[in-house]
Amino acid sequence: MKYVDEFRDGALARTIAANIFRAARPDREYRFMEFCGGHTHAIFRYGVTGLLPVRVRMIHGPGCPVCVLPIGRIDLAIGLALERDVLLCSYGDMLRVPASGGRSLLQAKARGADVRMVYSVADALGLARRHPDRQVVFFAIGFETTTPPTAVAVLQAAAEQLGNFSVLCNHVLTPAAMHAILSQPGGAAIDGFVGPAHVSTVIGSAPYEPFPRDYGKPVVIAGFEPLDVMQAILLLLRQVNEGRAEVENEFVRAVTRHGNRKAQALMENVFELRPDFEWRGLGTLPNSALRLRPRYAAFDAEARFGLEARPVADHKACECAAILRGVKRPQDCKIFGSACTPDNPVGSCMVSSEGACAAHYSYGRFADREAATA
Amino acid sequence: MGAAKPSTGRPLDIKRGRVDLSHGGGGRAMAQLIRELFAAAFANEYLAQGNDGALLPPPGGRLVLATDAHVVSPLFFPGGDIGCLAVHGTVNDVAVMGAKPLWLTASFILEEGFPLADLARIVASMAEASRQAGVPVVAGDTKVVERNKGDGVFIATAGVGVMPGGLLLSGDRARPGDAMVLSGSIADHGMAILSCREHLSFDAPIVSDTAALHGLIAAMLDSGAALRCLRDPTRGGLATTLNEIAAQSGVGMLLEEAAIPVKPAVAAACEFLGLDPLYAANEGKLVAICASEDAGRLLQAMRCHPLGRDAAIIGAVRQDPRRFVQMKTRLGGMRMVDWLTGEQLPRIC
Repeated sequence: MKYVDEFRDGALARTIAANIFRAARPDREYRFMEFCGGHTHAIFRYGVTGLLPVRVRMIHGPGCPVCVLPIGRIDLAIGLALERDVLLCSYGDMLRVPASGGRSLLQAKARGADVRMVYSVADALGLARRHPDRQVVFFAIGFETTTPPTAVAVLQAAAEQLGNFSVLCNHVLTPAAMHAILSQPGGAAIDGFVGPAHVSTVIGSAPYEPFPRDYGKPVVIAGFEPLDVMQAILLLLRQVNEGRAEVENEFVRAVTRHGNRKAQALMENVFELRPDFEWRGLGTLPNSALRLRPRYAAFDAEARFGLEARPVADHKACECAAILRGVKRPQDCKIFGSACTPDNPVGSCMVSSEGACAAHYSYGRFADREAATA
Repeated sequence: MGAAKPSTGRPLDIKRGRVDLSHGGGGRAMAQLIRELFAAAFANEYLAQGNDGALLPPPGGRLVLATDAHVVSPLFFPGGDIGCLAVHGTVNDVAVMGAKPLWLTASFILEEGFPLADLARIVASMAEASRQAGVPVVAGDTKVVERNKGDGVFIATAGVGVMPGGLLLSGDRARPGDAMVLSGSIADHGMAILSCREHLSFDAPIVSDTAALHGLIAAMLDSGAALRCLRDPTRGGLATTLNEIAAQSGVGMLLEEAAIPVKPAVAAACEFLGLDPLYAANEGKLVAICASEDAGRLLQAMRCHPLGRDAAIIGAVRQDPRRFVQMKTRLGGMRMVDWLTGEQLPRIC
């Protein structure tokens, strides 16, 4: 497949791996966080971990939209679908995340709620047009990548005066989460970030500039292909070895310093900052999420249905919170692979293939047991 | 589904008519539907007996019996429809046991209001598939459910086949060192269905691989290769089938990603939708486990058959008490190919 195979080439991978081995000093460990679930997935799906020296460790970050959404927000959606008779749409993985009492949107669907999986917010808008007698709510999740499409849908709904369409907005902001990771008590035990791919096409590379400046941590923006990730790791190693901390852009084929201004303008037009927002794992973070501006209140499900999220504690044994902060690894969780599996997930990280636990379980767990039994 | 009682009046209006509840009522309308549509299309001596069941000659060996229900949506898709799929699915289930498929039965569950023209197309396609396979539909049944209680048409088929003496193919016979041979490109059916589902607004020249595999299998058996097990990787795809065999046999497997054929358009569609072709359905492919020393001659025999032209050795069985299926990626790394989680796509077959 043209424009894809080039970034998955085995011979090039061997060359980069050899450079990584040469660059990684034998006397120290390197800990890099790939922020995005897309990178986590690529690392596991293509077996990148096995091509790295053991002293280069990848820490999986919180950039998985369904992973960071707290239970209280999912409860809102389940409540809407079950009790308010709305037609609720969201992306596939979101439907399987367990919320209060282990309930998920998929289970609500089995109990008779009208829950639809959509591939894009445009599909939700289409449902609203086709079902003028139903209230259609799009359960919007995601970082800056999925936010502009939601903005477009709201603007279209406004232009068409679609009175039966609204958005339950859970869009969150990447830089806020990176600040939270780096300013944890005791500091984050990471040496740098593999920076987001798709998010950066929207926001550009400039928003990451505070991280090298204020925290001394390099950021290398990388595409989602395995060779992108490997090249970014090499660039991070070089920065660390040379005592540099900069924003570097490996994903120059898609990312500029200032990003996609049109998408940014759409977001600015439709959304405003929430004063604070609860994240799973990271706690309540100020200025870290978006809501619809008052002028689009007619399309804001929270306003339309009078919703307010209540904080709900995670399952006691679940380590998703620590895993999302990069403090623990999936295999450090007591219930990983026993009580919590992709078929019966307890925590959100075991649901999406971008979640650290699901990726490790589905693609990488052979290495744990090999290491354990070796 | 016999030759049925005489009925009076006009013939079925296949062009404009629709299924109504009387077509499942057991009366003259049902008899007419069976006679003019089903019996006419499937015509064979056993069906012509016109009794509640078909009286069949002794097959001369051990029997294999398999059944398969078909609920695919949409009913018509690039490369096939629910009719030929209902024949191929069951013929293949019988054939991968190593048996020669002999007879099929078919049960139709029709929804009130379903256009007779569509039903006629489906039945014609089913009859053609049965003729081409040389496996007649010898008995059948028709039921009608009220509007909104079905989805057009569901078809359940059962198939009987006869086993050559002494042959035993089974999922528990894979042994470390055995080779895995795949008959051709994967994920064609799953992506063909997906590409025509309306809510995906996705358009690609992808055609279902739906086909009856018993001819290919006969050639494989004739090659004399020591076959342990054959499976057709339908729902859940190649990944699921290999995990089933690994679990049954108590072995691990190591696949070579670069050796697994995927058509470029299918690979692109999977990429676009974020799906893994290893988990997408096939309806005209099989995977064979055979003794490694026989893999070459098995491959040669398969490649001589039109349905095995792109056959490839895709990996080997190995010892692993954890029964993991692993894969060396094109990149050179290693990953697991785990059981499918949840449902990749409902109503694929």
